[in-house]
Amino acid sequence: MTITTTPARTSKPLSTLLYRHRWMRLVGLLSLPLTWLIGLYIVSLALLLVTAFWYIDSFTSKVIPGFTLENFVLIFSEPAYIATSLRTLGIALAVTVLSAIFAVPLGIFMAKLASPWMRAVLAVAITLPLWAGYLVKILAMRITFTEEGFFNSVMAPFGITGPGFSVLTVVLTLTYLWFPYMALPVYTAIRQIPVNLFDASSDLGAHGFTTIRTVVLPLLWPALIAGSVFTFSLSLGDYIVARFVGGANAQMIGSIIASNINLNPPVAAAFSVIPIAFVVFYLLATRRTGALERM
Amino acid sequence: MLRLTRGTRVAFGIVVAIVLLFMYVPLFLVMINSFNVAPIASWPITGFTLDWWVRAFQNEALWTAVGNSVVVAAGATVIALLLGTLAAFALQRYDFFGKHTVNLLIVLPIALPGVVTGVAFSNSFNNVLEPIGIQVGYFGMIVAHATFCIVMVFNNVFARLRRMNPSMQEASMDLGASLWQTFSLVTFPQFRTAFVAGGLLAFALSFDEIVVTIFTAPAGVETLPLWMFNQMARPNEATQVNVIATVLIVLSFIPVYISQRLTRAEEEER
Repeated sequence: MTITTTPARTSKPLSTLLYRHRWMRLVGLLSLPLTWLIGLYIVSLALLLVTAFWYIDSFTSKVIPGFTLENFVLIFSEPAYIATSLRTLGIALAVTVLSAIFAVPLGIFMAKLASPWMRAVLAVAITLPLWAGYLVKILAMRITFTEEGFFNSVMAPFGITGPGFSVLTVVLTLTYLWFPYMALPVYTAIRQIPVNLFDASSDLGAHGFTTIRTVVLPLLWPALIAGSVFTFSLSLGDYIVARFVGGANAQMIGSIIASNINLNPPVAAAFSVIPIAFVVFYLLATRRTGALERM
Repeated sequence: MLRLTRGTRVAFGIVVAIVLLFMYVPLFLVMINSFNVAPIASWPITGFTLDWWVRAFQNEALWTAVGNSVVVAAGATVIALLLGTLAAFALQRYDFFGKHTVNLLIVLPIALPGVVTGVAFSNSFNNVLEPIGIQVGYFGMIVAHATFCIVMVFNNVFARLRRMNPSMQEASMDLGASLWQTFSLVTFPQFRTAFVAGGLLAFALSFDEIVVTIFTAPAGVETLPLWMFNQMARPNEATQVNVIATVLIVLSFIPVYISQRLTRAEEEER
């Protein structure tokens, strides 16, 4: 007597069809995400960018479709606009440099000097603020640097007055917000450096600092660049920080876009080209270094 | 070993101390200020009160805002989970023309400044869809949030798929399982943790989002960050914000705890 254990052959037309045709599976997987991203997002972006070539009727202040380059001429000729673009670029670069300057010693301390217990504590300590909320951190910096606030009060006996609400406070606050994005990749990269490189370096007579400069730093470039993509582009597009801790003279590109979107949409649209251009340029420049693939 | 002089070690230690003070002192100040009698943030603290806490918990607008945030984040997460997973499978399992462009397309909503994304959506909603009679309203906010949340799910699922063995699926199909059976019984269990982690990140990202929300929230609707934003814009009424900020700081221990557990579980798996 024979027992057949083969299950009844049920026909599965859809599975069979999809199994036979690779392109059908691919289309099935891609159609929804692409419809969403192109149909909603890219079309929205394109519509916004098209508005940059339209103009405002000076009597009715209504947006008139057409083609003019005046909006672009305006943002590159109006001194206040040029100053804002340069200030924004400067702030984003300052935040990136400041983050890197603190991330490297912190990473070396965590990876090479701290005990395992201390290392675990520090790893949690630098990730925790990432979750604390964007506005919470801006509020925290505002409380710290406000006129009657903590910084001025604690520093008063030393005769130091804090930066108040200024461009410097904007830089500090943006660093506060995005520092973990620099610190974590740098720390990971330092941990991955093989120990025998340090031994080799010291056998060859290099002191600690020489080792850091000639062995550690060159190996850190990919991590620093990857971190800088975050610190740079996130700072570049921000305007909430400038609004809450920047005082009167710290307008950024985002501030101009936000304040013009209802009054003069074509100018706002023309201005949004600038951060897009900066970010795309930065991403292309960093892609050439190959740093992003290695992360 | 990296050999450093005593002086250098001490200097590095001081840098670490400065970083930690810089990170945590402001957060403590927020927490302390939520109990401050003075209605305007100041130092030193003038006196202790629970008044702001009581008021915050009785504030209906605040609870409505929390509700809105949960609904928007949940909606955005569900959409992001679906679209992000589909895209991750397509890009991980197949080679096709324009693959890099698709990858860029997924990253773009988070790489471009929030103000650009927000302004682009608001332009489409108010100047294109509304004139032809389509009111996106509340749903527009969910659509905008979902768009930049896709990358969170995509990244997590994509990274996991790379480590998975595709021959398991082939074995399953050879044994007669349908495409759906293979997915639900063989494939999905293998990337479930990455799927959940991506979903949590997407939820957290949406819950915390302010810039896109400013431009896409319908009139009169506030999410929690939007409520905080509006309160902070009126400095003299900012006291209840300290209470909410304190709650959010305390709640941030939860995702850190979960991610620690997940990494530990993964290290044990290996």
